[in-house]
Amino acid sequence: MSVSPTAAPARIHRFTVTERLLHWTHASGFLVMLATGLILYVPSLSTWISRRNLVKNVHIWTAVAWAAAIVLIVVFGNRRRLLEDWREAESFDRDDRRWLRGKRVRQGKFNAGQKVNVIVTVAFALLFALSGFFLWLGERNHTFLLPGAGALHDVLTFVSVALLVGHLYLALIHPSTRHALRGITTGEVDEAWAARHHAKWVEAERAGPRPL
Amino acid sequence: MNDRLIGRAGFLGLLGAGVAGLFFAKDLTGAVDRLVPKQVSSVVPTSGWRIYTIADTMPDIRPAAYRLTVEGLAGKPASFTLDDLKAMPRADQVSDFHCVTGWSVDDVRWGGVRISDVLERVAPAKSVTSLRFVSAEEPYEDSLTLEQALLPDVMLAYEMNRGLISRPHGAPVRLVMPRMYGYKSVKWVTRIELRAEGLPGYWERHGYDVDAWVGDSNGL
Repeated sequence: MSVSPTAAPARIHRFTVTERLLHWTHASGFLVMLATGLILYVPSLSTWISRRNLVKNVHIWTAVAWAAAIVLIVVFGNRRRLLEDWREAESFDRDDRRWLRGKRVRQGKFNAGQKVNVIVTVAFALLFALSGFFLWLGERNHTFLLPGAGALHDVLTFVSVALLVGHLYLALIHPSTRHALRGITTGEVDEAWAARHHAKWVEAERAGPRPL
Repeated sequence: MNDRLIGRAGFLGLLGAGVAGLFFAKDLTGAVDRLVPKQVSSVVPTSGWRIYTIADTMPDIRPAAYRLTVEGLAGKPASFTLDDLKAMPRADQVSDFHCVTGWSVDDVRWGGVRISDVLERVAPAKSVTSLRFVSAEEPYEDSLTLEQALLPDVMLAYEMNRGLISRPHGAPVRLVMPRMYGYKSVKWVTRIELRAEGLPGYWERHGYDVDAWVGDSNGL
């Protein structure tokens, strides 16, 4: 097999350092808390790794570090870009609504499915932190023992794991979407790929660079 | 329609539902559990046992090495083997298990001995008002009043769901007190101290109620 030399495909900048750092900080915190949480929750795992205090401490201190790191990134990072992303994610225009009904219409920087994922992820992060805080506090002072804190934490976990599986499939396996992984690691994606998946965004970028 | 309202409404709706869930989700999981087929809930437990421990390692007691020491205000303090306990009148019951953190397991089948059958062999003093159950998992302990310990559905169990109690559930012998939250049902019980006054148990030193009646304590 011979590889013919071709011109490097044109690239387009999609994610700043702040966006990538936020993604990977959230991802690594989530995975550590998922692993330790499952050990605390699934009886066979709790029995196998019976050092509950240690696992619990790792879970809780990871939560503290995760929340602190996210706050620091949001406060000291590229706030303007994060706000732009959030505004984009919240906004479902006519094309997005058609996309959600299965029509493959032109999309912006995030397609409508990614927008749903952003909204659910941010809401879940806040609810995980809130219910986790009350689980922690309720163990120390039963006045703050809320009847649904554990159940809410569980439900969030089930839904999150389902979302994670879908996310990993699209990011690592599905042929037409997995190129997106390059964007969240290096910051750049192929312009031709972006033009197929995020046509409205590429057009706006070509129209003129925005001041960052 | 304002395009941004859609996402904002979805976001706030999720947050609102979640915050409401902090107060009501307990009832919701019961409903979910009835809907989810058993094959699914056995892999991903929607409710059911959680294994809570407080020490670094879970006690691992061989049945042959097990001893239950009953001492304190007793005329004839004694130490019982598992076979000694099995030779006493056997008690069977099916009862629900409720944890103070919100999960429950219904219809658990227990086999064991009633507290009265143990007490009558050690000649307790008239002054005994409290029984202190000490776990092999240090420093876990909890106490029941004599009256509570003699309720008809309290037992020292050595069988659970027709098999020997497994290590995570407190093998070989645990206390079962179905009318109170699970932290009263001490696992890995190796010592019972007969006392004239009660002592707060492990969780009670963290603010939990001493009389942990299900549905009528700990603000629940």
